[in-house]
Amino acid sequence: MSALQLEGLRKSFGSLRATDNVSLGVEDGECHAVIGPNGAGKTTLIGEITGEIAPDAGRISLFGVDVTSWNVPRRALSGLARSFQITQLAPGFTALDNAAFAVQARQGHSFRFIADARKDKRLREPALAALEQVGLADRADRNAEALSHGERRQLELAVALAMQPRLLLLDEPMAGMGPEEGARMVEILRGIKRTMTIVLVEHDMDAVFALADRVSVLVNGAILKTGTPREVRDDARVRDAYLGAGAH
Amino acid sequence: MLNRTNLATLLVVLAFLAVPMAATWLGTNYVITLATRVAIYGIVAVSLDMLVGRGNLVSFGHAAYFGLGGYAVAIASFHLANDVPIFGWSGTNEALIAWPLAMAVAGLAALVIGALSLRTAGVYFIMITLAFAQMLFFLFVALKYYGGDDGLSLSTRNLFAGNRITDSRTFYWICVSALALCVLLSWRILNSRFGMVLRGAAASERRMAALGFPVYRYRLAAFVIAGMMAGLAGALWANQNRFVSPDMLSWVRSGEFLVMVIMGGLSSLVGPVVGAAAFLLIESYLSGATEHWQMIFGPFVLLVAVFAPRGLWGAVRGKDRQ
Repeated sequence: MSALQLEGLRKSFGSLRATDNVSLGVEDGECHAVIGPNGAGKTTLIGEITGEIAPDAGRISLFGVDVTSWNVPRRALSGLARSFQITQLAPGFTALDNAAFAVQARQGHSFRFIADARKDKRLREPALAALEQVGLADRADRNAEALSHGERRQLELAVALAMQPRLLLLDEPMAGMGPEEGARMVEILRGIKRTMTIVLVEHDMDAVFALADRVSVLVNGAILKTGTPREVRDDARVRDAYLGAGAH
Repeated sequence: MLNRTNLATLLVVLAFLAVPMAATWLGTNYVITLATRVAIYGIVAVSLDMLVGRGNLVSFGHAAYFGLGGYAVAIASFHLANDVPIFGWSGTNEALIAWPLAMAVAGLAALVIGALSLRTAGVYFIMITLAFAQMLFFLFVALKYYGGDDGLSLSTRNLFAGNRITDSRTFYWICVSALALCVLLSWRILNSRFGMVLRGAAASERRMAALGFPVYRYRLAAFVIAGMMAGLAGALWANQNRFVSPDMLSWVRSGEFLVMVIMGGLSSLVGPVVGAAAFLLIESYLSGATEHWQMIFGPFVLLVAVFAPRGLWGAVRGKDRQ
């Protein structure tokens, strides 16, 4: 059974075909990278997978269940976690609070009105474990907006991990990171990659080739090629459309 | 820990406790009347802050629930006085029945209005909550049977657990207790799992949805809770004045509630109460001096907005951590 299955997905904005008949299968347990030049439709594709954008046509299945008509929270609760390209943390809340939100979400409904959530061990302990996983435990009580850019990217990942997802969708986790921070993120991702299915949307080719089992190349809204990193790197059309185009 | 916030909170509590003594000392009951109004409006302000301050949901129609609570009590009382009690049942003069009834009516209205309004956001949310409140305002203006424009008088105050509450001190303590309960309840709610979702959604709605929270439902629940608190305040207001009128639901009143919350300090439990007190004290003092008191009050609000962007309470708290 594939973790994620896209079938004939289409989405247009006016005359722009942002997603053009995309079919894609992500196997359970694999790390599948999606690369493509700016404007290739990566963001739209992520929106369609998470449920923020409704496709014009096509089907989306998560672990064999058709979720095309499901909204964002329902897909999240079925095991899909995502990180945001532009960090979406809750300002005014600490790093630990932000991770605790994710733990709370998977512990059933939150119509609990009296007990103090910040003193709830069932929330705080798993949240702290997620921060430890990305090396942020010593920043637990720091407000999210007071963290450095790299730390915020790490927290973004910790929040997704705290959801204990079956499928992790990472939207440019290295965006805006320096080489050192980027290398560290690759190490963290390498550590979690065997424990869950990952869809990695990333610009950083070194990271993609270091982590991905398979790579899909998106150009003008359509999948140009899917294969192992080596196959993709050696493909003449990919080089024309993307690797070459990415150079300027 | 005795930091500025706790000290200021203690002072507010002491001020409420000292009111009856001050009245005796000054030899006037007006102090009690005024403080009772502060407590009642304080309840509304605290409930509105749960939406505006914590939920980032600027409701411009909060007077609707206040007014509905008042009318629920007044209409029950009207039927009793005219020997046509609702369902032929005379229990509706008991506060412990009439006030929860008022809260239920206000909560039900909040459920319906919230269910529709919360599908919008931002300016549209402000406009649609205002529009619903105005619809209810005109409904009561048109209801000639219940006094229409002229409002409706209550022949007596409700009984409280069988006791008369016509004594101003007794009634004051009831209102202050209700305020204390609402503040305590809000405090618990805002720190609970539910409160974390409400506040988290205000900080980043997209994030909370992506984590799996159906944000709409939590907001609707908050809208209903706030509506019920405002309904209780309306029931108390109707008892204090033994009178209700469509004015209770007007958009001017909704605006005043917002001014109280913002002037007092958003997202602070005590701030809205301080805002209600400041509003009523200034109104009472200035309107005694001139009919055009708002000419002076307006610039005052402006000064608060410029020099104390976190409201009066924010200025009092200084640099204390939130």
